[in-house]
Amino acid sequence: MENRTAAIYQLLETVMDPEIPTISLVDLGIVTGVEWDDENPHVKLTPTFSGCPALRVMEQLVHEKLKASGFDNPKVSTSFEVAWNSNMISEKGLAALKKHGLAPPPKHAGYIELDVLSDIACPLCDSRNTTMQTPFGPTLCRSMHYCKNCHNAFEAFKPVT
Amino acid sequence: MELTERHVEGLKELLYKMADDLLILGHRNSEWTGLGPVLEEDIAFSSMAQDKLGQSLALYELLHELGENIPDIVAFTRNDNQFHNCHLVEMPIGEYDFSLARHFFFDHADAIRFAMLENSSFEGISMVSRKFRGEIKYHTMHADVWMKQLSHGTEESKARMQSAINAAFPLALGIFEEGEYEAELKEAGIFEGEAALKNQWLEKVNNELKKHGYTLPDADDVTPALGGRKGFHTEHLQPLLNEMSEVFQIDPGADW
Repeated sequence: MENRTAAIYQLLETVMDPEIPTISLVDLGIVTGVEWDDENPHVKLTPTFSGCPALRVMEQLVHEKLKASGFDNPKVSTSFEVAWNSNMISEKGLAALKKHGLAPPPKHAGYIELDVLSDIACPLCDSRNTTMQTPFGPTLCRSMHYCKNCHNAFEAFKPVT
Repeated sequence: MELTERHVEGLKELLYKMADDLLILGHRNSEWTGLGPVLEEDIAFSSMAQDKLGQSLALYELLHELGENIPDIVAFTRNDNQFHNCHLVEMPIGEYDFSLARHFFFDHADAIRFAMLENSSFEGISMVSRKFRGEIKYHTMHADVWMKQLSHGTEESKARMQSAINAAFPLALGIFEEGEYEAELKEAGIFEGEAALKNQWLEKVNNELKKHGYTLPDADDVTPALGGRKGFHTEHLQPLLNEMSEVFQIDPGADW
């Protein structure tokens, strides 16, 4: 990776997901590339879900960060060129999700079945004695679970292929 | 291969029908928001609505790249005879059994359709199809779980699901109404066609229903609900469009 591109990635590690403020966009795995137009970076993002309403906010946050870092005319765009899947979340990102109280998604091998969704460790007490209540949650990327060990309801970040 | 004018027309026809199906069913699904029989189902239909609207937007953007108007204009300013969705998606939500049967039939068809399109020679379509796969998986899982649950519930739950299946099936066959450019799309490697999709779908839904003791009516014994792809709709679509575009129509130039 070019030095100046690496520097952009480093910069974007400080731009946090608007709905999960512990994880950066880089660790979430949605920054898919940086192209250069002379001195101006063009950052490419990919959506976690097609219908994710936070996407426009993320584009704006990245744009503001680049402007504030001295780039006169940065560009940010979103495309499906690289399709996001939950394996693209970094190790640091998985830990950040847990810190926010969300069970991180298990790594998948390209397909998801119901039993994968039911075998989730509680982010509060780490017990696997949990049950999935529903694969749909308060945002598209979350499912809802219950821990039979510590008796807390919790949310998980969904594995997506 | 070089795309001719007819290929591009076929491509647009394909994109319009897929996008319109998703927009209209997305709207219908959202009508369960606040009304679901249990909280989890309220959230499930609301989430699926959001997925479908996001997917329709991605397809309308592909159409925009092919020279059509911007997505908001396309979605909110057409009348019913300019929409290409099938009748299945425009029917009112009805009782929960009907909404579940529609969900089951439609999402299995969409899962197969987009799996086929992952290999489309048109890059825009293959890219979004790969993206949609992970999302649709959650929709078919949800539908399958309820088909199973209600078959093991009470006699009433099973009987009601069977009659909802019978009612939704002729409508569902309308998904596969052929367009004018099937041969061109196939020749260019864009899409294998509605007939191929329908065969795979029949096998899939038949197997899934049989597992739970339901019966799929014989496709040759029912009259498919055709016409939607060509702009002929039931009386239910225009009121939906009026409601959906109500806010847009108040101030079409509003900047959000």
